[in-house]
Amino acid sequence: MFGIYLRRELLNRRRQTIIIAIGMALAIALVIIVNSVSGGVKNAQAAVLESVYGVGTDITITQEPEAPTEGQGPGQQFDFGSGDGTTTDGTTAVSQSRLEAARGSSTFDASAIDTAAGTDGVAAAVGVLSLTNTTFDGELPDFSQMQQGGTDGAPGSGAQPPSGGPDGAGGSSFDIDSFTVLGYDPAAAAVGPLTAATLSDGRVLEASDAGADVAIIDSTYATESDLAVGDTIDIGGTSFEIVGIVTSTSADGTSASNVYIPLVTAQTLAGLDDQISSVYVQADSADSIDAVKADLETALPDATVNTQEDLASSVSGSLSSATGLITSLGTWLSIIVLIAAFLVAILFTISGVTRRTREFGTLKAIGWSNKRIVGQVAGESLVQGAIGGVVGIALGLVGILIVNLIAPTLGSGTATTTEAAGPGGMPGGPGAAGFGQQAIASTTDITLQLPVTFAVIGIAVGIAILGGLIAGAFGGWRASRLRPAAAFRSVN
Amino acid sequence: MYTLSGVTKTYDQSKRKVTALSGVDLVIENGELVAIQGPTGGGKSTLLQLLGALDRSSSGSVKLDDADLSSLGDGKLATIRAQEIGFVFQGFNLIPTLTALENVETALAPLGFGTTDRRDRSVEALEKVGLGDRIHHLPSELSGGQQQRVAIARALVKQPRVLLADEPTGNLDEQTRDEIMDLLEAEWRERGFTFIVVTHDSAVAKRAPRRLRIKNGTVSER
Repeated sequence: MFGIYLRRELLNRRRQTIIIAIGMALAIALVIIVNSVSGGVKNAQAAVLESVYGVGTDITITQEPEAPTEGQGPGQQFDFGSGDGTTTDGTTAVSQSRLEAARGSSTFDASAIDTAAGTDGVAAAVGVLSLTNTTFDGELPDFSQMQQGGTDGAPGSGAQPPSGGPDGAGGSSFDIDSFTVLGYDPAAAAVGPLTAATLSDGRVLEASDAGADVAIIDSTYATESDLAVGDTIDIGGTSFEIVGIVTSTSADGTSASNVYIPLVTAQTLAGLDDQISSVYVQADSADSIDAVKADLETALPDATVNTQEDLASSVSGSLSSATGLITSLGTWLSIIVLIAAFLVAILFTISGVTRRTREFGTLKAIGWSNKRIVGQVAGESLVQGAIGGVVGIALGLVGILIVNLIAPTLGSGTATTTEAAGPGGMPGGPGAAGFGQQAIASTTDITLQLPVTFAVIGIAVGIAILGGLIAGAFGGWRASRLRPAAAFRSVN
Repeated sequence: MYTLSGVTKTYDQSKRKVTALSGVDLVIENGELVAIQGPTGGGKSTLLQLLGALDRSSSGSVKLDDADLSSLGDGKLATIRAQEIGFVFQGFNLIPTLTALENVETALAPLGFGTTDRRDRSVEALEKVGLGDRIHHLPSELSGGQQQRVAIARALVKQPRVLLADEPTGNLDEQTRDEIMDLLEAEWRERGFTFIVVTHDSAVAKRAPRRLRIKNGTVSER
């Protein structure tokens, strides 16, 4: 009888069933999508962090860069003497390469690696040196010839017009190329940025490469610069042989650095002996991360110790905005819609019970117990909730599918510093060589993909059941309070 | 057998007490057909509710054989209603979303009958009231007389000891009224249950061997 009555009520009171089910469905779909977007954003955030900090890195140790003092330039400066360059046909070609600590980072003593490795709860500690290689290539007119031929060359004096330079009319052209270089210890690569990259060609650096002029490069950079295994690349004025190409496992395939070289080589070349810019630490268990962080902060008082959680907050760009949007607006929107859906379900159920006063009174009069009637009302609500749940899950999955098909791209960056490093000079300008401020250490475009997890579906089913139970409980409570004598009321 | 002793029923209405029944003493033997008449608001429906274990008296006792309906709990009263008492209402009170057959089945649901048994008994009850060809019709697809026949089938399908009818023909035309009363009377004669009918209609009341009148909460024989 329960099933027959239930089916008849749901079919013959379609409007109520549809309204309650739609309310629940919309709420559940929204919860699913918000949860899924949240999961997708977290995955994207993790991908960004992995591409920069590597897989398995629990903690990073860095040191805050010192603020520039007055008169301190932003960084690279290229100095050319009068005899520098080679002159051909009135044009002097100059080229200079500099390798320096990456903008916005600071170097500190490599003994921090041993300090970290010796801390309780640390499974592995690896030091890296982040560098930026900047190459200046320029073509200028041969000034010595110009001076000889133009001492009285004032306008209108009949002197020869300017000549030489790349345009043959005394002009100049400059080309500045910059790429990132990461020095790491090939013998201790279990933690660090390269754990999030796979070898796509050649070989990885080995312990025996320490001190050698060999490099592996990021596949994206290799494509952009038309480089391959066996080619050479100029780093800080030294020619390195490319022995391998790596591809990041992150969504856009860009790894933490353009070029990777042995740590010792990097330190020597950059004049930063025994200096590193980061230590990547792996804790022996997730539970000990906070304790390890505290111990490291004590052991290295000048250092900045960040956990993955801290690092997540360093992710900027639209990915960060999406995270903020989801955690604030999305969550609140879900809660509000959920409450609204529950209220709609409760009000419609109570109103339905009130409308059916005579019906339930009649059933009580012919011997139906309170328990049976409450069960009937609760059953109807549960099924309405379940219908809403099924429709909601379907809507949610369709929503997720649409988002995944659109595959929105979220820009992100991992901020290390936003301190301005002083005025940047335009190429060839006074002071030269500040080529824009590097406010972020790494920028990545992540395609947002929303995951569908059993947990999300479980939450949806739970909400549907909960909504049905709550509405059913209110409706049942209302029905249980009806007196059987209500059967005599409101005679048609 | 019903035995009512000093039954009083009062209601709180807008901060004042309304006495619907006042010190009613009454005995109704098993198998009697009793008609109860009286003006509107005289207490007819209140008496029927007390007899039908739908409500409790404010004072005094209402006994159905040995069971004191004034003091039993809700669960016991529901069981008595399910097993012993059939109701026929003026407005038919059918469940609008259920078919005629399913409406009759609702009376058997609390009694623990199996699906097939429940269905067979309900079909039989509907055939007996002349609706064997309408069992799958919804109430909205039936005339008033047919709906009341479904209600009678629902009341009698469990073979109750008592049938309580509240203005059973109040919503019907004269011809249908007579058909329905003929049916009820025939069933009463055949089954021998106690049949108590509340009615305004003298033509209906005249069919009863015993007639009571309620006025201002007191019962008198006519």
